[in-house]
Amino acid sequence: METEGSSYDALDLPVAMIEAGSVAAGEWIVVWPVALALLGAGLLVMLRGHKALQAWFAAAIVLAITVSNLTLLVTVFENGPVALTMGGWLPPFGITFAADMTSALFALAASIATLVVLVYAQVEIEDREYGYGFFPLLLLLLCGVSGSFLTGDIFNLYVWFEVMLIASFGLLSMGGTRIQLDGTLKYGFLNLLATTFFLIAIAYTYGLTGTLNMADLVAKADDLPLGPMLTVAALFLFAFAIKAAAFPANAWLPAAYHTPKVAVSAVFGGLLTKVGAYAAIRILVMIFPEGRDMLVPAITALAVTTMVLGPLGAMAQTNLRRAVGFMVIGGIGVILGGLAIVAPADVQGMAATAVARQGLGGAVLYGFHSMLTLTAFYLVAGLIERMSGTDDIRFMGGLYLASVPLSIMFVVLVFAIAGMPPFLGFWPKLILVEGTIRAGNWVLMVALLVNSLLTLVAASRLWAHIFWRNGEEGARSEQRNTRLRVLEPREVRFGLMPVIALMALIVVFGLFPNWLFEAGGVAGLDLVMPDRYVDAVFAEVPN
Amino acid sequence: MNTVIFRTVAPGLAALMIMYSIFVLLRGHNEPGGGFIGGLIGASGLAIYGIACGVTEARRALHVHPISLAGFGVFLAALSGLASLLVGMPAFTGLWWIFEVDGTEVPLSTPLIFDIGVYAVVVGSVSAIAFALEDDDEEMD
Repeated sequence: METEGSSYDALDLPVAMIEAGSVAAGEWIVVWPVALALLGAGLLVMLRGHKALQAWFAAAIVLAITVSNLTLLVTVFENGPVALTMGGWLPPFGITFAADMTSALFALAASIATLVVLVYAQVEIEDREYGYGFFPLLLLLLCGVSGSFLTGDIFNLYVWFEVMLIASFGLLSMGGTRIQLDGTLKYGFLNLLATTFFLIAIAYTYGLTGTLNMADLVAKADDLPLGPMLTVAALFLFAFAIKAAAFPANAWLPAAYHTPKVAVSAVFGGLLTKVGAYAAIRILVMIFPEGRDMLVPAITALAVTTMVLGPLGAMAQTNLRRAVGFMVIGGIGVILGGLAIVAPADVQGMAATAVARQGLGGAVLYGFHSMLTLTAFYLVAGLIERMSGTDDIRFMGGLYLASVPLSIMFVVLVFAIAGMPPFLGFWPKLILVEGTIRAGNWVLMVALLVNSLLTLVAASRLWAHIFWRNGEEGARSEQRNTRLRVLEPREVRFGLMPVIALMALIVVFGLFPNWLFEAGGVAGLDLVMPDRYVDAVFAEVPN
Repeated sequence: MNTVIFRTVAPGLAALMIMYSIFVLLRGHNEPGGGFIGGLIGASGLAIYGIACGVTEARRALHVHPISLAGFGVFLAALSGLASLLVGMPAFTGLWWIFEVDGTEVPLSTPLIFDIGVYAVVVGSVSAIAFALEDDDEEMD
């Protein structure tokens, strides 16, 4: 087999396929988040009858996954990317799991968000939903999401997408009301369409290069002629843009995300679209960089329209969670914007790398911020809906008097999501805006700033309607809103407390962003120059 | 479907199919067969039993809830992949334990355990769907 440029040139391949050495248990760290979630989901299905056990058990599993992801992040910080190839086969034959900084950051944020949502779910889960498998499905969803972030194989990525989709269908349609089924149908149809294009792109990739291992593709995709490479890259972009709910394929998100339980909305809004964005970053930047460079005008157009139309959509909503759904879309635009930051044609070499690195670092950090902040936003929205007994912001007025913690958290969220200093959302935006200036992409720079402004307007409009105003729409200002009630002790314990903890995390990350800057820099560099990633995957292959 | 012939034959047929499904499961590693196809045959056997003797009777015959069986399968399959941690190999490395019984070589392995997990997932989930569909039929009659 003639394979130039990759590190198993001199190897007798049949031997490589059957001989693999033993590995240190440390490398298992990339598998644990997925394996634990899968084991936990299986066990919880068997334990469906034991209600008291379910929540505790699920929380213990997700806590273990979070600890495991934290260990992974620290390991990646200290030693660089970690990889493990399954089954004792050597890459590219075995299925590889590999984590660099990007994977580790996304996986950690996903598990933190799921942990908080799991506690919040105690407030609103109904007895029959234990039987329907709420907790196993939530774990299966985390399993699919973590698998997508940690896998180093494109076909395996598709499999984790499917795991995630099936779990999300279950969670979305649980309850079976008409609006939920309507949302599930739109969500399902567009996601299946995206999956089909994803599969077609995978087939083309395999046909062109003979491999689907991401690290192996890094070297092999370079040899592709530009035409096929552009085709494949465009197909991947199309598929992931639908999955990430970028304009114009964003209609499924606001139609679906406000229909299920708040806990489910929160985990969807926090996690699912980011998986599409992550996949776009991973495949377009790391594997098809030249295809990405040619697609920059298209990505810029997608990013700019998504960034502007997301918050504009949020402004027009009267349903609170629908409005938050549009903000999710705006955030996706920002992440895609990071993908479009490349150096101008006259800048070459290391300087060009530095520009691309900055854009990607910003995009990864924005994804991290967006996962945590949007989960918190949905949960706060859920508490507001509980206190006011409605999901329509026109009837929510007067909450300022009814709950101080909620009004403080909401205003922090308004600033965090719009990217105001000193909150978490500000730092990635700063990196991105600086990146657009260095790249000379003025359209994108203006769009980023306009996105911040519009998001601020949209979110503070919500704040004004819900908190600032004394009572319902049209009521006289001295007239109290009679719909409001205080939270019950159980709702405070399981609803308010975890949200406060998550908000505290967001504020602390915002106030001490140094490690994030460092992580973002490493993440961006490893995406633009994936040598360390490739080396980690092929570490066991003898030369 | 309530003919005497069918009701008389079905239990025997179901038993035969489930036995055959286990045979297909066990021969699967190097020859055609395996957990997935075995599971489908097994689930078909349960579905036939359900059509002939009623879903309640079929559920009782299975003893456990089909979805629990599927959950057990996922758990078992995942566990079989983790066994290689004990010997310091990457996840899902096949571990083999081959011994002789009365002159016949018996190969046991973690891929077999994985296949049994797959079998349980397929039997559980497909028969859960089949039972649900058959249940609806009864309600409509």
